[in-house]
Amino acid sequence: MLTRSFDKVEKILEKYEYKKEMLIKILLDIQHEYRHIPREVVNYIGVALGIPPAKIYGVITFYSQFSLNPKGEYTILICDGTACHMEGSMNLVKVIEEEIGIKPGEVTKDLKFSLDKVGCLGACALAPAMVINGEVYGKLTSEKVREVLRNIKERKAE
Amino acid sequence: MITTTRKRFDNAEEIIKCVEKLKAKREKKLQKKSVFVCVGTGCTAGGSRKVYAKFVEVVKNKGLDVAIEKIDDDDEPVKRTGCCGLCSLGPLVKVMPQGITYSHVTIDDVEEIVEKTLINGEPIERLLLTDPITHKKVERLEDATFFKNQTFYIMNEVGTSVFESIEDYMARGGYLSLAKAISMDKKELIEEIKASGLRGRGGGGFPTGLKWEAAYNSKGDIKYVVCNADEGDPGAFMNRTLLERDPHSVLEGMIIAAYAIGAEEGYAYIRAEYPIAVEMFNKAIESAKEYGLLGENILGTDFSLDIHVKEGAGAFVCGEETALLSSIEGKRGVPRPRPPFPAQSGLWGKPTLINNVETYANVPKILRDGVESYRKKGVQKSPGTKMFSVTGPLNLTGIIEVQFGTTLRYILENICGGTSNGRKIKAIQIGGPSGACLPEELFDLPLDYDTLKSVGAMVGSGGIVAITDDRCMVEVARFFLDFTKRESCGKCVPCREGTMQAYNILEKFTQGKATYDDLETLEYVAEIIRTTSLCGLGKTAPNPIISTLKYFKEEYIEHIEGKCPSGMCTSFKKYMISAEKCKSCSLCARSCPNGAISGERGKPYVIDQEKCVKCGLCITKCKFGAIELVG
Repeated sequence: MLTRSFDKVEKILEKYEYKKEMLIKILLDIQHEYRHIPREVVNYIGVALGIPPAKIYGVITFYSQFSLNPKGEYTILICDGTACHMEGSMNLVKVIEEEIGIKPGEVTKDLKFSLDKVGCLGACALAPAMVINGEVYGKLTSEKVREVLRNIKERKAE
Repeated sequence: MITTTRKRFDNAEEIIKCVEKLKAKREKKLQKKSVFVCVGTGCTAGGSRKVYAKFVEVVKNKGLDVAIEKIDDDDEPVKRTGCCGLCSLGPLVKVMPQGITYSHVTIDDVEEIVEKTLINGEPIERLLLTDPITHKKVERLEDATFFKNQTFYIMNEVGTSVFESIEDYMARGGYLSLAKAISMDKKELIEEIKASGLRGRGGGGFPTGLKWEAAYNSKGDIKYVVCNADEGDPGAFMNRTLLERDPHSVLEGMIIAAYAIGAEEGYAYIRAEYPIAVEMFNKAIESAKEYGLLGENILGTDFSLDIHVKEGAGAFVCGEETALLSSIEGKRGVPRPRPPFPAQSGLWGKPTLINNVETYANVPKILRDGVESYRKKGVQKSPGTKMFSVTGPLNLTGIIEVQFGTTLRYILENICGGTSNGRKIKAIQIGGPSGACLPEELFDLPLDYDTLKSVGAMVGSGGIVAITDDRCMVEVARFFLDFTKRESCGKCVPCREGTMQAYNILEKFTQGKATYDDLETLEYVAEIIRTTSLCGLGKTAPNPIISTLKYFKEEYIEHIEGKCPSGMCTSFKKYMISAEKCKSCSLCARSCPNGAISGERGKPYVIDQEKCVKCGLCITKCKFGAIELVG
């Protein structure tokens, strides 16, 4: 069995002074660090903060920013807010599926890409929009989505 | 880069003097050559940060950074400004002192802009924006009808505000209201807010002054102020815009509120989906502390306040105040019954004041310009202005600020310049998932809290989405219920189960399987959810259903009769292969996930309508355009 080093988790806990009320911030940092929240980390912070793991799982599954399974190196968030939905964002989901072979909520086998459908990114004036690792792509068309994804694929080939 | 060394203000006089100096400097700065590049989220997505970098490079190469005289150390010739509101035309660039504004600027235009406009003051015709209402080219941002027809109150200095700089905010009169407030008696201050008639901008429209008074009257040695910036409504982004373009106005409002109610600690709860807003607000807190406008002994008085940023983690229900408070405590964001209201028992059981971002931003402005000037705007019971985000197939979309009482038609036609695709607007969705769809007959109603309530809608956070006649209203209702059923926290049964049942019925409509009985059940379920849910999310969740049933019932009936009038619901359509165009390559048959397509070499292929699941994959696979969707 693999044993995990908890140094990084320990650093994050220290940053927030082991405060119970900082649980969400701690989890956001862990999510950012590991691209998911590993189960053994849940137990570790449970002991460190004195919160039962069940409560922590409750928090993790409640908020959409957290995930128990790893996300891709490139996290694609496709917006399905009102404006984007009306402009046909769901057709773009199909395009992405064709291009990288995953549906919303899934990750590619090589952990390069993950795809999620989100409520609203607040980029409604640019509908339909998507965000990849924090970068907003607006006024998308099928061609534009393909181009963006292909560029990223090429980038990693280099 | 901001290089100014900041010195703590020890009393109100010091800040007043400093503001005077900064004001004079700001005016001088705007009189000389400089470039402002908009780096709001909309323009950034269009590449404005690259445009900014290019400007810095070109200006440096030409030696202009030295040639242009500097007013002070922070006075760079190329500046970044916050969102101008005209997001659909980004990236926007404004060249001073003429104020010439360009839209859709790319890095290839930078050299020319510097050469012609910055150095010689000549406009470049092709980069100017065309006013969709007058059809004329406009040179200055302020001259475009889009801006002329708005009323700027909290969104002042559009296009020239330097959002990262506290000095720029002070040069616009910032923090003077704090200096004034801190010299006032707390009760007197609360009376002033009450007299202004300011109402909560988060949706409900509760009088802000009364909220402050309740928190003030609550007994307790520890009290909290909270800023609700959990803008989760799909179709709304004004809070983000405000935090990104003028974080100090929100912060100043919070500090004043904390003083009024006697709080020493505060939280700004901002969505994690808005990283730039989080960064800006953190920066604002830091620089306010350096000036002694926040922290220990503010402006030399015994009033101390600390404000922290708490990031939301993606849950729509956290916009509800009691859910937001449990989220700040690090728990699941589940609402609880009221009373007790947060003003009596909020964060960790202590009296807590919660206001929306936009509400706080109004406070310093009201104190600065006076109650009378505030009440002159808007209507009697809803004074002031409101920011709206307008989206949909319109010529201009983005963030606007108008007086309460402005009509929807005025916004659509006189500000946004009508539709961009030549279609008719048949409905306006206002207020997000808690809001309603209003038909054209109601476009002339004045937009204010009470009028909207009377027609079953609400201002909500202020998202306006234009829906043209090629869109299906049943699908709109289904879309919102899909959202609320996912975002329901699950605590109370009517919301958790009710939204699920309502969604299932709506899905039957869009799939062409609904009956007249379903129509009745839908009305019944909607009413149950509305009357028996615990919190605002559940109580307002059926609004999209109730309003579409009220104003667009004929569309529901047509769906029962086997037709989607807008043609948006594909279930009513058939995929057909054209016998002439089909080359019988079998590509479609091989890609069909349900094996619904069959045929043989040399003959056109056919789709078995019984087996077809209408996924549309075959259309994307066919290289000859032989497959069509017929209604």
